Amino acid sequence: MSALAGFRVIELASERIAFAGKLLADMGADVILVEPPGGDPARGYPPFADDVPGRERSLWWWCYHTSKRGVALDLDHPGDRERFRALIASADVVLESEPAGRLAALGLDYDDLKALRPELIFVSVTPFGRGSANAATPVTDLTLLAGAGPAWSCGYDDHSLPPVRGGGNQGYHTACHFAAMSALTALFWRLTSGRGQFIDVSMHQASNVTTEAASYSWLVARQTVQRQTGRHAALVMTQETQMRCKDGRWVNTGVPPRAPGDYAAILAWLVELGVADDFPERVFLELGAAREKPITYDLIGVDPEATEIFAAGREAMALIAANVSAYEFFIRCQRRGVPAGVIYSPEEAFEDEHFRARGFQVPVEHAELGRTVRYPGAPYKLPASPWAISRHAPKLGEHNDEVLGETAPQEA
Amino acid sequence: MDQRAELPAALAGVRVCDFCGQLAGAGATKWLAAFGAEVIRIEDPVRQGRWDILRGVGPYVDERRGIELGGGFNNHNVGKLGITLNLRTERGKELLTEIIRQSDCVTENFAAGVLDRLGFGYDRLNAIRPGIVYVSNCGFGHAGPYAAFKTWGPIVQAVSGLTFSSGLPDQPPAGWGYSYMDHTGGYYMAMAILLALIHRQRTGEGQWVDLACTEAALTLHGPALLDWTVNVRPSRREGQPNSNRSQSPPMAPHGIYPCAGEDEWIAIACRDEADWRRLAPLIGQPWTDELGFATVSARIASEDELDACVAAWTAPQAKFALQRRLREAGVPCAAVQKPGERVDHDPDTEGLWPTVTHSAMGQVRVDGIPARFSETPWRMTRGAACLGEHNEDVLGRLCGLAPAEVAALREEGVI
Repeated sequence: MSALAGFRVIELASERIAFAGKLLADMGADVILVEPPGGDPARGYPPFADDVPGRERSLWWWCYHTSKRGVALDLDHPGDRERFRALIASADVVLESEPAGRLAALGLDYDDLKALRPELIFVSVTPFGRGSANAATPVTDLTLLAGAGPAWSCGYDDHSLPPVRGGGNQGYHTACHFAAMSALTALFWRLTSGRGQFIDVSMHQASNVTTEAASYSWLVARQTVQRQTGRHAALVMTQETQMRCKDGRWVNTGVPPRAPGDYAAILAWLVELGVADDFPERVFLELGAAREKPITYDLIGVDPEATEIFAAGREAMALIAANVSAYEFFIRCQRRGVPAGVIYSPEEAFEDEHFRARGFQVPVEHAELGRTVRYPGAPYKLPASPWAISRHAPKLGEHNDEVLGETAPQEA
Repeated sequence: MDQRAELPAALAGVRVCDFCGQLAGAGATKWLAAFGAEVIRIEDPVRQGRWDILRGVGPYVDERRGIELGGGFNNHNVGKLGITLNLRTERGKELLTEIIRQSDCVTENFAAGVLDRLGFGYDRLNAIRPGIVYVSNCGFGHAGPYAAFKTWGPIVQAVSGLTFSSGLPDQPPAGWGYSYMDHTGGYYMAMAILLALIHRQRTGEGQWVDLACTEAALTLHGPALLDWTVNVRPSRREGQPNSNRSQSPPMAPHGIYPCAGEDEWIAIACRDEADWRRLAPLIGQPWTDELGFATVSARIASEDELDACVAAWTAPQAKFALQRRLREAGVPCAAVQKPGERVDHDPDTEGLWPTVTHSAMGQVRVDGIPARFSETPWRMTRGAACLGEHNEDVLGRLCGLAPAEVAALREEGVI
């Protein structure tokens, strides 16, 4: 049985919460996506299947609305509001990100709906939280990540280049992660107490607490981190951790080598590549390999030998990178026990043998197009209550009869 | 922070035997503790808990240094109990067994296989406590060709496409200036724990959840991956990535532009023609009327030129004053806020930074939770535990040991 089988979630369509609904739907919740009769604007978001626009062809829509059923309701119309209320009577969770004040004006806010369904869990996900003076301020993923801190920490050593917003609408994703964690926490409590509640998630706050040391360096010590190319923003400029390989692609060397075994492995690799004799700091790798303990950070800059060994390790990694492909660098480092990563594009990661072997590529039937499409798979594996894409994203109003028939108001 | 004392805690009664560290694991159990779960964090007395590299690392509240004084460690471990167990000893293993017997969940983010080699793999855990929930979180998961590979947040981000997709054209990857996937891996771990606890509450059935941080990260590229599988269009292509621009839907202008002062910036996004018609009069320069900028598709076609024009307009302006003007006009924008600006001077983060009391550090502010719960508020009052701070409490309550017995175990090197 899926972990959330039997729970019904009503999601009021919005680009801001689509991913939260997917997280619950793919775990088995019966998520009913409510859109206006003209369709949610996100149906018009590119890219489209075969690059042919159409309201059932948005890949954005396909991606974020898996495993959901869809109904079209005009909440400005009294009859549809009654149908919506009837639906609420069967719901466990509401997910919404409506414009400020809209639900209250319609008589469909939490206080109205809990009268129909006292055990309802109502998760509101709004740009700045329900009570904010900025409740009506428009936002996008870009403006959220700029205002909330992530952008300050991302970019390049060269500060004449702008800070960078990380790709993929991660500001929305972060808010949706908190929305899902909140809904699950409230569901657990409801299983033991029988009671529902109202949850007010702020998207701005969600990204504010997702900046690692940027926030807590200020909170603890009133210090300000500075962005740096491809590595952690820090109080001072640190050394690069991205290296370009022979094939022009990049790797991340992570934490530079510090353990005796690391230095021995690096030296052996230089020998194998035939470049050890060209490496002037070879002696420091040998000294590093002969140490009893790893080099700790407090020694660097203090103990001259440890400092030289540490620097030689880093330079040796760069020399190796210049002589191998990025993928080979990644695999060979890891097989030698040195943590490193190839900088893949998303599709390169998707096609990698590791993720394929774990079953990450999931086929989803699109009967209307006569084809099966590979989708990204499970973020976690719960064998007793598995993740699954139960169906592709709903067409506009696809389940009106099926869903509204089950819950039709008495007089209808 | 909401500290309405009379209200219940959502996860009261849930006990977690927790080996999590760093942020990818500790972040998950921080959430559980904030909602009232009893999280018992177990550390190695021999290595003084240094497996968690954040234990003694700054920022620091004052001039003192040491394993009890790491600011990041405190931030990620508020509200948890801390005990020490030397699992090289038989007595240490017995005590752990007793704690597991009384726990609902075991959590860890060691490299794959470490807990099993300590003698506490899933089969053993389930034998000790039938129906237990076990959630492991590591870079590549416990199965697959790379299961033995080791990661940190930046490596997870590199391999999963997150680093690649963050950057400007003709530049190296900018990546993420922090471990986004340590935070987010922790969020997925928290979800996995809660899902498994819900399943157990309803069926009595436990399970082992295998969470691979790289896999969770790979789910965060949905539309780009479908563009690949459906349209065979790769993200690695000319002009990409350019992540300050909008991938979807089409928006322009859409970027981060300079403002007056050193390293001051503002993000501006015009979602549609209406936003552009709000912005253009504020700019009030002839170029905004040029046909080349009349529609979103035209603006995207000449976006380099557009961005240069917008940047020239923003450059002499103060970022917060410009933010105010643009917001009054209804144009989406945000000053790129520095940490001090958003923590101390932003009304929309009020209540987000609770002050906790740490036994060695004193009063410290930490990251709170960006959600208000009407019936079961989160609470953060106690800082991270010092090494073995709750040995007497936990070993007394769960293992029935008297304080003198706990002291003897310390002498013997068991705790």
